[in-house]
Amino acid sequence: MPKRLLAPLPGLFYRRPSPEEAPFKQEGDAVAAGETIGLIEAMKSFFPVEAETAGKLARFLVQDGETVDADQAIAEME
Amino acid sequence: MAIKSLFIANRGEIAVRINKAAKALGIRTIQAASEADTDSLACRLADEMVVIGPAQAAKSYLNVEAIVQAIKASGADAVHPGYGFLSENPRFVSAVEAAGITFVGPDAGTIAKMGDKAMARAEAVAAGVPVVPGSEGRVADLDDARRQAARIGYPVMIKASAGGGGRGIRIVENEASLETLVPQAMAEARASFGDDGLYMERYIQNARHIEVQVLGDGTDVVHLFERECSLQRKRQKVWEEAPAAMLSKAVRDALCASAVALARRVNYRNAGTLEYLYDSKTEEFFFIEMNTRIQVEHPITEAITGIDLVQAQLRIAGGERLWFTQGDITQTGHAIEVRINAENPAKMFMPSPGLVASYRAPEGENIRFDTLLFEGYRVQPYYDSLVGKLIVWAPDRSAAIAALENALNGLTVEGIHTTAPLHLALAEDAEVGKGLFHTAWLESWMAARAREASRA
Repeated sequence: MPKRLLAPLPGLFYRRPSPEEAPFKQEGDAVAAGETIGLIEAMKSFFPVEAETAGKLARFLVQDGETVDADQAIAEME
Repeated sequence: MAIKSLFIANRGEIAVRINKAAKALGIRTIQAASEADTDSLACRLADEMVVIGPAQAAKSYLNVEAIVQAIKASGADAVHPGYGFLSENPRFVSAVEAAGITFVGPDAGTIAKMGDKAMARAEAVAAGVPVVPGSEGRVADLDDARRQAARIGYPVMIKASAGGGGRGIRIVENEASLETLVPQAMAEARASFGDDGLYMERYIQNARHIEVQVLGDGTDVVHLFERECSLQRKRQKVWEEAPAAMLSKAVRDALCASAVALARRVNYRNAGTLEYLYDSKTEEFFFIEMNTRIQVEHPITEAITGIDLVQAQLRIAGGERLWFTQGDITQTGHAIEVRINAENPAKMFMPSPGLVASYRAPEGENIRFDTLLFEGYRVQPYYDSLVGKLIVWAPDRSAAIAALENALNGLTVEGIHTTAPLHLALAEDAEVGKGLFHTAWLESWMAARAREASRA
């Protein structure tokens, strides 16, 4: 059963720290516990989306720049 | 020529406010809306709605081309920009002017001039308005630093000319510590920026934020007294009052006269706000910047003067000369505004967008609630978290604080978190009651409460 990373709050999901930079993580990358895999922008503030446990980021379930709801699954971990 | 139809290039509570002011003057309204805002209160109030783009502000409310095109297509003869978004964007204002449409605000040239810190400071100096004393040019060496600091007056703040933000700032209390701190700062600036030039200005400890409201018609300018907005979190105003209770009459008169002098110098047309830092110890005020638009906290000025500032903006933009003189404007009683944000104050002010399951506005005499809320509305995550402004008026300051507490208890918003509990706690605080605060006060007050809570 793959573990899923959930959005901590509703907003816009971004895979990059800023539009000019590379994504935090690619699908298939190893992720450490507490590591940031993306950002959520809500009400003009940015909040990190962090992995709870270490593992491999299997795939993203939402696109860069897409709107997410609170607790919506953002990525699947293995 | 009086405005007949008005395009509102903004959203939220200020769009609601502008719709109401326009209606009161018999003006037809056309409301801009992003795809996320088509069900907003402003859209419900407006005579017409125009969708200008996707939810993200950069693609809608901040998109100059899309908005200018929508304005032209709408046939509106004027545009109200509200605050934020494009309200102080000279490129937007030039495009509106070029289309032969009235911009509710000053001309693009004035906005560009007053929006540039150095130019605004130069205008202030030319108008005889005090600015924060600072070094002339870069501070080249220790001798120069000594000379300049003596002229500026201690304490002074030194920072790298080439640096940005708060990095490497040092507060120097007297000449003895200048001797050690200047060489340190120069070495650090050289290491960080490859340039050891320093900038120096007077450090105002426990500064308060005071601002003066003005109205100009392009020829005449009047002031509508001052507001105090020292309660801030992350440089955002949280709680505002009018008048600033600690000012003596002599200081208030000088402050307001300085604002009029500067606005008159630039032939100011529109409502405008001149912001100052105030040193309570020395009773000195220093101009910092001018906002050439309606301000979020304008209702407290309306409450103490009885003048509707948004209607005034529309009438001035329609070509009217000021219909009152300075002598007609009086300041009565005390008003407080608190900003109700969709944020959770118990969880580090985490944004709290979502569905408003239940909503009741506070009611009563001398209570005003400017809001975008209604029951069943979904607060969007794409924009500012401001969902309402609670304004109370009373004959004096302590009665106003008591009225605020009552009004806050009469506000119900369920389904989302709001900052109302923060304001209730502030209304009950003894130091707030005495008016003993400054721009850094709120953050240290919150930190102290968090420490107490973690011990309990």
